[in-house]
Amino acid sequence: MAETLRVNPINCSGHGVCAELLPELISLDEWGYPIIDQRPVPPGLDPEVRRTVAACPTLALRLLRS
Amino acid sequence: MTTLTEPSGRAMTATTVRAPAGLPRLLPQVPGVPEDLRAHLARRGRPPYRGGRGLLIGSVEAAGLTGRGGAAFPTHRKLAIVAAARGRAVIVANAAESEPASRKDALLLRVAPHLVLDGIQLTAEAIGATEAHLYLHPGTGHAIMRALAERHAAGADRLAVTVTEAPPRFLAGQESALVNRLGGGPAVPTFVPPRVTERGLGGAPTLVQNVETLAHIALIARYGPRWFRELGTAGEPGTMLTTVHQPDGQTQVIEAEIGTPLRTLVAGAAGTGAQAVLVGGFHGTWLPAGAAATLTLDNQALKRHGATLGAGVIAALPADRCGLAEAARVTRYLAAESAGQCGPCLNGLPAIAGALAELAAPGPRRATRQNAERWAGLVTGRGACGHPDGTVRFVRSALTVFAEEISRHERGQCAATNRRPFLPLPDGMPTTEDDWT
Repeated sequence: MAETLRVNPINCSGHGVCAELLPELISLDEWGYPIIDQRPVPPGLDPEVRRTVAACPTLALRLLRS
Repeated sequence: MTTLTEPSGRAMTATTVRAPAGLPRLLPQVPGVPEDLRAHLARRGRPPYRGGRGLLIGSVEAAGLTGRGGAAFPTHRKLAIVAAARGRAVIVANAAESEPASRKDALLLRVAPHLVLDGIQLTAEAIGATEAHLYLHPGTGHAIMRALAERHAAGADRLAVTVTEAPPRFLAGQESALVNRLGGGPAVPTFVPPRVTERGLGGAPTLVQNVETLAHIALIARYGPRWFRELGTAGEPGTMLTTVHQPDGQTQVIEAEIGTPLRTLVAGAAGTGAQAVLVGGFHGTWLPAGAAATLTLDNQALKRHGATLGAGVIAALPADRCGLAEAARVTRYLAAESAGQCGPCLNGLPAIAGALAELAAPGPRRATRQNAERWAGLVTGRGACGHPDGTVRFVRSALTVFAEEISRHERGQCAATNRRPFLPLPDGMPTTEDDWT
């Protein structure tokens, strides 16, 4: 089952933790808000992805099953 | 001649109404003269209730009606989702699309209030709604209040309609913002899912439909899908209300057949009157006047030029104005109208507006245009609502259509001879947080 990362942009306040923990899929724009790779999460990154989702201080980051 | 019958098969009392041919469909036969209940019934007969949930939806589907609020979503699909949802449904008639350049919803409320109210009642029956709302801008509700009183006195309606005023903000009519406002909160968008069709006002499945769309439903219910398709194109049937800003500064609301050549709506689009045409409003697309003159009023034709009809705003910019100055003013407004909830929109739109302000002034730096393009790319698809994407569509098309003018400004020149603003913006742009309610 493919999973993709998605951010709730209203909840996100740009802490930037996600980009630090998961630079493979997340970078920050010049204002500090995450730019997320929209492609399905590669299976090899699964533990890192879950850790990153759990670490978001505003619970803005979600893993969506599609 | 069509005789309308009630679900029982009993012919309606004293109303044998001919299905009208041609235009206008929505607007009064005498332009600008509002229709009271008696005139409305004489022209159209009583609303033909179907006698149960879901029964009208097939006609709406066969008619091929799409939403007239801007998104052009197939209306029957939205109706079907809400009709199939569990529990009591809510219907909201939306007259607060908030596009400053659009006049059509306010006009429709003024001249054909009973058609809109018929649409609310018939659509409420179709989705099984037990609660009905009309959401509108201050100053646009007089005719509706009078019409509601007339209908109350005549015992005409099955469902009471609650009228609520929208705050004067661009995003006030956005679906989730509207639901927040009716729920007693600020009129700001929320993140989807869930969609309001699943979980809207008070948690109930909620149908938010533009008032013009509802008026079309009131006609489809009376005259049928085949009649509806007599005008328009095969892919986009019917008529639509457009707000046309002519190069001479006049503004007209025109009910036009979908597929009408734009040059018949816009005076001088092919000649010297206009240099560019904005199609679809402030979330819309600039087209060079020459291209616009070859196009028709339908999304299929406009799509090839990256444009959509939106809520039917067409503005022909006269040759004596500076397109960059116009684009900069509107972008500044759109940036100020961000709800400020999403980082990319909150930061990106003012940055883009700043770049456009520089491009509109003499001697912009070479990097400014690239900056605007880059920021436009950065904010796309990153808002909870469509505001950043719509703004970017407007900005990018301006950068393309007015590219020559940018070069001129870089050389310290400007082709414009008239500095008076052309596109309409609300007086006294709101700047404080409290203007959201």
